[in-house]
Amino acid sequence: MRDGDATDEARRDMEICNACRYCEGYCAVFPAMELRREFSNADLSYLANLCHDCRGCFYACQYAPPHEFNINLPQAFARLRVESYREYAWPDSLAALFRRNGVIVALVVAFALAGVLLLTSGLQAPSAVYGPHTGTGAFYAVIPLGVMIAAGLATFGYAVLALAMGYARFWRDTAAGLKQRVNLSVWRRALGAAATLRNLSGGGFGCNDRNESFSGIRRWLHHAMFYGFVACFAATCVATVYHHVLGWVAPYPVFSVPVVLGTVGGIGLLVGTTGLLILKIVRDPVSGARELLGADVALLLLLAAVAATGLLLLALRDGAAMGVLLAVHLGFVLALFLVLPYGKFVHGIYRLGALVHSAAEAAPARGERTIE
Amino acid sequence: MSELTGSYDVLVAGGGNAALCAAITAREAGASVLLVEHAPRAFRGGNSRHTRNFRIMHAAPTATLTEAYAEDEYWDDLRRVTDGETDEALARLTIRSSGPALAWMESRGVRFQPSLTGTLSLSRTNAFFLGGGKALLNAYYRAAERLGVVIVYDAEVQDVRLRAGAVDSVVIESGGRTMRPRVKTVVVAAGGFQANIDWLRQYWGAAADNFLIRGTPYAKGRVLRNLLDQDVMPIGDPTQCHAVAIDARAPKFDGGIVTRLDVIPFSIVVNREARRFYDEGEDLWPKRYAIWGRLIAQQPDQIAYAITDAKALTLFMPSMYPAITGATIDEIAGKLALDRATLGETVRAYNAAVRPGRFSDKILDDCRTDGLAPPKSHWAQRIDAPPYVAYPLRPGITFTYLGVKVDERARVVMRNGERAKNLFAAGEIMAGNILGRGYLAGFGMTIGTVFGCIAGREAATYARW
Repeated sequence: MRDGDATDEARRDMEICNACRYCEGYCAVFPAMELRREFSNADLSYLANLCHDCRGCFYACQYAPPHEFNINLPQAFARLRVESYREYAWPDSLAALFRRNGVIVALVVAFALAGVLLLTSGLQAPSAVYGPHTGTGAFYAVIPLGVMIAAGLATFGYAVLALAMGYARFWRDTAAGLKQRVNLSVWRRALGAAATLRNLSGGGFGCNDRNESFSGIRRWLHHAMFYGFVACFAATCVATVYHHVLGWVAPYPVFSVPVVLGTVGGIGLLVGTTGLLILKIVRDPVSGARELLGADVALLLLLAAVAATGLLLLALRDGAAMGVLLAVHLGFVLALFLVLPYGKFVHGIYRLGALVHSAAEAAPARGERTIE
Repeated sequence: MSELTGSYDVLVAGGGNAALCAAITAREAGASVLLVEHAPRAFRGGNSRHTRNFRIMHAAPTATLTEAYAEDEYWDDLRRVTDGETDEALARLTIRSSGPALAWMESRGVRFQPSLTGTLSLSRTNAFFLGGGKALLNAYYRAAERLGVVIVYDAEVQDVRLRAGAVDSVVIESGGRTMRPRVKTVVVAAGGFQANIDWLRQYWGAAADNFLIRGTPYAKGRVLRNLLDQDVMPIGDPTQCHAVAIDARAPKFDGGIVTRLDVIPFSIVVNREARRFYDEGEDLWPKRYAIWGRLIAQQPDQIAYAITDAKALTLFMPSMYPAITGATIDEIAGKLALDRATLGETVRAYNAAVRPGRFSDKILDDCRTDGLAPPKSHWAQRIDAPPYVAYPLRPGITFTYLGVKVDERARVVMRNGERAKNLFAAGEIMAGNILGRGYLAGFGMTIGTVFGCIAGREAATYARW
């Protein structure tokens, strides 16, 4: 799975960093590094996925290029992460989807959009697609509810399964030597670190998001995106309860819980993804794996498209454009579900695994740490 | 390079910590400032790039410092390491100013963190820079740019021409061209001469060719030489430098912290002839590591080898270079190109002399040799557990002590005892006034910060007046 170069480079970097340790205040990577004297391939996978690419260590590094030691840890870890995504992908046969991932995501989007539009216009009467609908069940006149639920459950369910398998593979490989137990308190700390992106705080003073100067912008944009996504997901869940438990059928009023959650979430997603895209373009290109750029941009664009079409659908749902907009929106959502386990989204799964690992091994007091 | 032909209140020669403190202070006081750094931007900052902390007097615990560190204790520490080679007035000024300096640094963007692992002994006395010295420099350069300090890289101050105790003109070389900006005052903060091998050779002979320079290759001492040649009063022993044992595989310059080796107390150290030459366990390592550069500099070819076994492998901080290992001492000798018979005999004699004891790497334990010359007084364990482990060692030069004499206003003192009117000095180029010998962790940065700020303030005041 690995070509060796990225692993060798990450190992070389870690051996130099471990003799220096000036950066240990930045994030969880360095305390984890200090617990080791040698770095197995599994250790490096773990550390690479623990790295949040805040780049504090790069700008602070006395050995950064053009120094002959040529240390660029965020870059080395980014390259290794891409390889680890292939290594832990489930099933093995689909690991290749992480190569040229931007193109693949784009193709999936194209096919999903075309498929939903073709099926909708092919199977439904033109008046159902192009005519205005208002009132209860308007959406389902365009795409039947049963179809929506079936397609949604099938694709999202598969995504959850594939991501869970990926997590299990990552954990089996990287935490094989973990001595500490993973108890509730470990999970609490790991989830806390994930939810707050504590490791994107640069030791409390911000990260090198754009350049040598410090900011918290990337952290907040990611929060907007992530919690936007969560709010949209929550909107769907509430709507499901409304429909199946309470018997209230969509569309819901503007000030209903699902619509407010969806609107706020959609705006968060749009702001977050757009901001992160801009940041990707304007930031100093000192780190980040070229192989991952396509995947990065593709997922951000896809999330932005889901959010934008969702908001547009809300704004224009009473007009004649609703039918086509709904089909387009659901086309993007379908594509998103399909690429979840085979795109940049997986970084969150392995990052969480790495944070759990880090929380577990950081548990003993400083003096009790054993050096392996 | 039109910047180098302009007119300025203050010229700062150098681009490290002291230079930045001077430039920022002078600019904040309203002066126009030109800072001339010999290195390119990527290597800016002199030896400050490789530093990591700042020794600070404080009366109570702070966010990143434990307990208290009072003036008298600080002064006692300094007097002890310097053996009195210090100027008490300047030293106490530095110590007293170190406390308030912390807030000054923070407000210019420097960030601190609790002391690094493996340096717990310094958590009380030293404030650690988050990310180390380069992060500190990045913060200072950003602050200086925001303030409007004119910064020129790749430019060397070659001549600060004095006439009648005052700077008359300044010559700067950049890109093959010579330029003479008009300046009212000059702050020299251009470091020592440790990267000038020719100069070191004057005192050390051919041995200097085998020295490795731990820091910047730009510390050639050009400004220092230039001033000393113009009747500026020297201070500090010109023959002395701070030298530690570092991995012989380190680059000639700029290897920094990752080339250091802490293995010596848990090893025997032999020279090219495969013979031991000094007590490796004389005292706790923090008190002894700074003598090993000199010890190895006095050995043939300035090379030595630390040899130990599997028991020692986890007792010291990892270095960036892998250990040289062998299943037998014979194999080690082969890999190090040492005489097999002699090394075998050295190890045999050492092993035979080791007395039983309770080993502890944390204290002066009772594991020692008996009847061996030189002895190993502590941490002496038989070398008998393969794989055997070796590291090659060379002298690593950190800094030199020779400098220019200054007064409490950072004014450069002439040989006739008069103060130069518009010439100030800060940082390593004058640190010998206060740290005339020995070493105190983080104190170089304290001197640089305190005297940088004094020099910047005095230069700005003079320029305005």
